[in-house]
Amino acid sequence: MFIAATIAIVIAMVLALIRALLGPTIYDRILAVNLFGTKALLLIAVMGFLTNRPEFLDIALVYALINFIATIAVMKFFRFSHLGHPHQGDNLGDL
Amino acid sequence: MLLDTLSWVLILSGGIFGLISAVGVLRMPDIFTRIHAASIADTMALGLMFAGMMIQAGWTIVTVKLMLILLFVFFASPTTTHALAKAAIAGGIKPVLHEDRRKKKIKQRR
Repeated sequence: MFIAATIAIVIAMVLALIRALLGPTIYDRILAVNLFGTKALLLIAVMGFLTNRPEFLDIALVYALINFIATIAVMKFFRFSHLGHPHQGDNLGDL
Repeated sequence: MLLDTLSWVLILSGGIFGLISAVGVLRMPDIFTRIHAASIADTMALGLMFAGMMIQAGWTIVTVKLMLILLFVFFASPTTTHALAKAAIAGGIKPVLHEDRRKKKIKQRR
């Protein structure tokens, strides 16, 4: 059962990678990488149960945090060209 | 036995929903519909699979960790989706409308 779930997740990861490589705009690539991160989180959790070592869930938790921060940071970088304060005036705000 | 079967069903349907979301991200026409497909993975796939794993784990620390991850993703996923859609709009991307697609099809036929 966990093996079937692992296979489904790996296939979904490959499809997300294809979209990340094809993606016409930068936002498609960010979305595909975000989806890939979610699938990797699921894969880590399932692998923890598959090998009977649920300590992997700690790594999964850290991966969820990193995935969120990385997506927001990359989007902010492409919106404002740098990670500091927006230089086009305050009315734009963050993202 | 009953709980085991229930957790199987939950985990397998979670995997199917993950596949559906990946196919949607690959096949949908523009960024906004792709966001819609990708959010399935954050809600249905993650929720169903983690529910199945919680049943497998029973009342242990593992269930608490699973619930923590689920809670965080349920807060983080809408934030990411909203920020991505807003960034795409600000980046000058227009949603593909039904009329645009029909015009494109008619052009391809000629």
